[in-house]
Amino acid sequence: MSAMFEGNALSAMQTSHCHTSLNNYRMGLLSVVCVSLFFSSTFAVDRGNFKTCDQSAFCKRQRALKPGQSPYRALLETLELSDSRLTLQLINDNNKVHLLLELYRLQGNMTRVKINELKPLKPRFEVPDVLIAEPPTEPLSVLSKDDNGVVLSLGAENQRLIVSARPFRLDIMEGPEVLLSLNSRGLLAFEHLRLHKDTQAQADGAEVKESVDGDQQQDEGKKDEDGESEKEEDGLWEETFKSHTDTKPNGPTSISLDFSLPGVEHVYGIPEHADDLKLKTTDGGDPYRLYNLDVFQYELYNPMALYGSIPVMLAHNTQRTMGIFWLNAAETWVDISSNTAGKTVFGKMLDFVQGSSEKPQTDVRWISESGIIDVFIMLGPKPSKVFSQYASLTGTQSFPPLASLGYHQCRWNYNDQEDVKSVDQGFDQHDIPYDFIWLDIEHADGKRYFTWDPHKFPQPKEMLQGLMDKRRKMVSIVDPHIRVDSGYKIHNEITSKDFYVKNKDGKNYEGWCWPGNSGYPDFTKPEMRAWWASMFAYDQYEGSMENLFTWNDMNEPSVFNGPEVTMHKDALHGKWEHRDIHNIYGLYVQMATAEGQIQRSGGVERPFVLTRAFFAGSQRYGAVWTGDNAAEWDHLKISIPMCLSLGLVGVSFCGADVGGFFKNPSTELLVRWYQTGAYQPFFRAHAHLDTTRREPWLFGPENTALIREVIRQRYALLPYWYQLFYQAHKTGMPVMRPLWVDYPKDTATFTIDDEFLIGSDLLVHPVTEEGSRGVTAYLPGAEEVWYDVHTFQKHNGAQNLYIPVTLSSIPVFQRGGSIIPRKDRVRRSSTCMENDPYTLYVALSPKKFAEGELYIDDGHSFNYDTKKEFIHRSLTFANNALTSSNLCPDCNFLTSSWIEKVLILGASKPSKVLLKMDGKETPVDFEFDTSMSVLTLRKPGMNAGADWTLLLQ
Amino acid sequence: LMFLGTPVEIQRPRGVPLTKKQFYEESKPFTCLDGSRTIPFDRVNDDYCDCKDGSDEPGTAACPNGSFHCTNAGYRPMFIPSSRINDGICDCCDTTDEYNSGAKCENTCKELGRKEREVLQKMAEITKEGFLLKQQLIEEAKKGQQEKQSKVTDMQENKKQLDEKVEALRTVKETAEQPEKEAKERHLKAWEEQKAAIRLEKDKAKMAETFLELDDNEDGFVSVSELQSHAELDPDADGTLTEIEAQGLMGGAEQVDTSTFESVWPKIKDKYHSEVSREEEPAPVETPPDEVKEPVVDNDSEPYPEDDISEEEDEDDEDEDDYHEDDDKVSAQPTIKTPEKTHEDEEAMPPYDADTQALIDAAQKARDDFEEAEKALREMDDQIRNIEKELSFDFGPDAEFTYLYSQCYELTTSEYIYRLCPFNRVSQKPKYGGSETNLGTWGSWSGPENNKYLLMKYEQGTGCWQGPNRSTTVKLTCGKETVVTSTSEPSRCEYLMEFTTPAVCQEPANIDPSPHDHVEL
Repeated sequence: MSAMFEGNALSAMQTSHCHTSLNNYRMGLLSVVCVSLFFSSTFAVDRGNFKTCDQSAFCKRQRALKPGQSPYRALLETLELSDSRLTLQLINDNNKVHLLLELYRLQGNMTRVKINELKPLKPRFEVPDVLIAEPPTEPLSVLSKDDNGVVLSLGAENQRLIVSARPFRLDIMEGPEVLLSLNSRGLLAFEHLRLHKDTQAQADGAEVKESVDGDQQQDEGKKDEDGESEKEEDGLWEETFKSHTDTKPNGPTSISLDFSLPGVEHVYGIPEHADDLKLKTTDGGDPYRLYNLDVFQYELYNPMALYGSIPVMLAHNTQRTMGIFWLNAAETWVDISSNTAGKTVFGKMLDFVQGSSEKPQTDVRWISESGIIDVFIMLGPKPSKVFSQYASLTGTQSFPPLASLGYHQCRWNYNDQEDVKSVDQGFDQHDIPYDFIWLDIEHADGKRYFTWDPHKFPQPKEMLQGLMDKRRKMVSIVDPHIRVDSGYKIHNEITSKDFYVKNKDGKNYEGWCWPGNSGYPDFTKPEMRAWWASMFAYDQYEGSMENLFTWNDMNEPSVFNGPEVTMHKDALHGKWEHRDIHNIYGLYVQMATAEGQIQRSGGVERPFVLTRAFFAGSQRYGAVWTGDNAAEWDHLKISIPMCLSLGLVGVSFCGADVGGFFKNPSTELLVRWYQTGAYQPFFRAHAHLDTTRREPWLFGPENTALIREVIRQRYALLPYWYQLFYQAHKTGMPVMRPLWVDYPKDTATFTIDDEFLIGSDLLVHPVTEEGSRGVTAYLPGAEEVWYDVHTFQKHNGAQNLYIPVTLSSIPVFQRGGSIIPRKDRVRRSSTCMENDPYTLYVALSPKKFAEGELYIDDGHSFNYDTKKEFIHRSLTFANNALTSSNLCPDCNFLTSSWIEKVLILGASKPSKVLLKMDGKETPVDFEFDTSMSVLTLRKPGMNAGADWTLLLQ
Repeated sequence: LMFLGTPVEIQRPRGVPLTKKQFYEESKPFTCLDGSRTIPFDRVNDDYCDCKDGSDEPGTAACPNGSFHCTNAGYRPMFIPSSRINDGICDCCDTTDEYNSGAKCENTCKELGRKEREVLQKMAEITKEGFLLKQQLIEEAKKGQQEKQSKVTDMQENKKQLDEKVEALRTVKETAEQPEKEAKERHLKAWEEQKAAIRLEKDKAKMAETFLELDDNEDGFVSVSELQSHAELDPDADGTLTEIEAQGLMGGAEQVDTSTFESVWPKIKDKYHSEVSREEEPAPVETPPDEVKEPVVDNDSEPYPEDDISEEEDEDDEDEDDYHEDDDKVSAQPTIKTPEKTHEDEEAMPPYDADTQALIDAAQKARDDFEEAEKALREMDDQIRNIEKELSFDFGPDAEFTYLYSQCYELTTSEYIYRLCPFNRVSQKPKYGGSETNLGTWGSWSGPENNKYLLMKYEQGTGCWQGPNRSTTVKLTCGKETVVTSTSEPSRCEYLMEFTTPAVCQEPANIDPSPHDHVEL
């Protein structure tokens, strides 16, 4: 949750914001903005608390650069080529500063481009701990070289990399086609480290003038005249936003690079933004911003930064999917423009008919405040390939404990042990399953994390044992801000170990957060993280037990009285400024916490940690949620593109607060939100302290029944979810996917973000309109058929299907050609269902074919990994036979689960069904429903881990 | 069913209650209890769900909507959802729900039964005693109500009389005030005349004195030059009294004698400065002090009980204001400014003559009588209103909640003191100082339809920041004592208070003292 009082301090601060902006030469425009801010509703973000590009000095500076001739030139004579690496110097002809370009061909069809200063005054920050390893390289070879450039072979597939010398640019080609170009618009700009004028021994005047190194001769005369004031305005060495001054001892350090994507009209990713799945062009508005921020009551459909940042963009067209991974943890802005953005569909058609169309192209520009340029270009070409390429760099989604895929009941706050108990009992009384109950900040003693309020939670172990007896679990919140209190063990240890982040003067950095005055542990330090992890040991975290897991909130980090509600950029993490590491702070918090949970079990148990802030690589440590949303229909809608965008860049375990965090949902909205959330990866209801209670049974028996039903649907599908997470963990394939991932050639799918796929086989179109009487779902795939999972009604693919809905409807379809294992015996928690039998839902394709998988393990330990204790089976229906075969013959895991039922959708009636197993054939009872063509095999009874074949005769 | 008292398990499929045993006959095909289909008996409890209503799997978890019956010998039999069979959690105290899960369950039915019986017994005792108390409460309430009812009737009767009395006294008062007024006016007029005479005398004396002062040469005439020595008499205020001006004052004469000075005197007396310093002008007209000094009627004698004041502050305030206004009216008529105490006693109005005084006394008495009667009437009105207000509350079907009226009950927790004043308000006060917060004022009974008297709702308390106004639900349970047993805040600013009172104790059903395990006997 974010600081509620931020909203209050508004009006006063607003005034000062407007006042300062009067100094700006775009005064007219800004004052209009100010006026509109004053009248904006109280229930929305205070935009004035957060910077626009214009208010962020480096962004303004960089964005003032327009496309044109690049001042950079490649010095081909400096080219050095080793097996895996090409280096080359670049020179900025304006200031003669030399840069070093490094090019790598990475295994798996990727290219890495690094640009740093050749001789920086001091090292520039390179983001550690994101890549899982130094990416393995492949040999590069020079195909040709002349004065104009170098042509390199990228190994396979006819791919070449062309380095042009003057001006410097890079083009990646496949055959005759340019896939992607770098610096083709001349927006490479690398602000080199320099001495401050005050301290500088007047080395070279020409250089100091430079604000942006790539600057094309802008207004030379003016700069000379009032260089000093110009510099102040540019915020090169100091910058003030509202009441906060950012001292910039290193001066300007920003970097920028442009990418051109010929033939591309659709780009995705760069979460986290509350915006559509398909990224919009940013001409005329602000760029998409990546800067982890605690935004109070965020607004929808704009490019403002939110809690997390993943600097990965995907580009897609019918031929190819590619990705750009900009490895930089500083504040980053991304501009997108397109030559077709303004065109109507009719206009495009006209172009097509007249054959006059210029090739569509999307241009992207990345701007970061510090660090180096380190870009990974993932060349696909298939979507799944891009996912595996990115996964090979930053790792895959952690494989969560099965229970964490169940339903989570959260509220700020469950008041006390008694409250927890009665909510727990409420679920049983109303026969609604759940796995986790959550405790927010009020559970701790004075917001001292790792402690319990002695009055409200005097016997935490008793409470946890009570939950354990029901085979359920709990999550307690542990935030990274630490109460400055000499009576608090955690604070004292951090102080004595000198683990706090420092302010610019070298003192412990302090800021305001929930407990009041707080310190912020320096999670960038490995020793700090190791210590933090050790705090989760059962004997350290008193009152904790093995069924207690963790929630890391406020890890942007949130600093109530800091600039933009976060940490000062000139705070220090060892030798690096907060500026350099900001976006990765939250990742480290979750990393250390997850490590703590692993360690407390001796490395045996999988952790479960939820985080609000994240960065590239965060997928390795647990789940994320979309932060403090609101009980509004639009917030329900936006949960889909927000999680889809995260899924595309590695984070599969995503969810939004069911019901909406702020405000009270109407009953209809709450029911619809449960119906949507039950089909999203992380399924947790949560509510603000000031909202009325909203446990599922508080809205009358009809609504209780609706919510019960959808939670049960979730539990029945847990085997499928679990298997998808296993797949995500192994391959990087997103669990919740946009349709285009599976139908990459179907342009109709490219902008769909009101429906989505779970894996490849379930299509969900949640109802997100108030009072809806019907939805139109697009069923993709010209060759496909889709079965309504509730009625088994069959529909053809490649059509827009109108589905009338009532409050009980959740339009979900199973793809013909798929087999989904379910556990239809829903119990009060996922653990209670461990040994239950499976029902196989075999949905036949028009060619009477289907396939699927079944994955089983203990659901909670690393034994699947360390001891290969799991069952992984392939299920295939072909030639009227359903066969289970082993995908992992050297695995060993015994399950008592068996196959109780097989439903074959789209079947014809057999005369006889035989089970072939262990060389024996036994007849199987069956029923056939002619109206829907559903064949039900009654109790075939084989063990879920066995080899068997069911023959339909 | 009794075999010398030895418990014997009646053979029937697992999870079937005895009452349904007849539907599960091993020798016959089984028909789903909803009649939807018939299956071979070996498919009953075969861990596969054949019946839509779940009736073929009473003893397994196969059907999503099935239920399992546990006998729980020694305790209470119960049904649990089939999904709780073999889920590793012990639900039935006789352990029968976990026959194949590996869960280690202990049979706790005897213990539970014993505890339950104890609790039930205790409850029964409480209910019994509570119900007796309730009867008393009802009786008292009825009596009280009747008393109040008849009191109101009496009072209304009295009020009528009082009304008449007030009217009669008003007439008496007005009748007495008329002659009083006339007599006072007469007296005043006589005194005014007397004062005018005295003033005239004084003026004459002063004139004579002035003449002597001006007549410096004591020739019996005041001459122009003698007059000119008094520059203050200068009519055009230019600082000098010229000869012509002085002559003008003297009516053109060169000098005047005492008798002609009479015509000069009015022109100069206002400006004239005596050569001898003299006392100031006399104080303005006064009225006799005993009229003025009439004290403001004090409110001490008001017969308002203290609790009433705290309960109905607003009304009281209004009443007080009324009194003040009345006081003003009473004391306003004879008052003329604040009298300055002067020593010129001869200037004071002489006391009323005996006749006038008698009239005044008579009128004052009439006024006092009238006010007293009027006050009594108002009090009567208030009392009637209070009783009627009380009578208008819904104190339950038998008025059993009447006794809670105008009472307050407190509960002290670690942080706060909670105070419930039924039919009035709920409040919360920090234990260690701080102001009281209103958690809601009496709204309505809001229990379930079949017994709305199980919940009280107090609404519109102090507002919450970014939230609703505070409100409190009071849950009433049967108890011998009337006491607040707990408070909580389940939702932000929505409080829940548990409150025991005999008034909700139900008539104890004639509980069968035998345990519930007769099935197994």
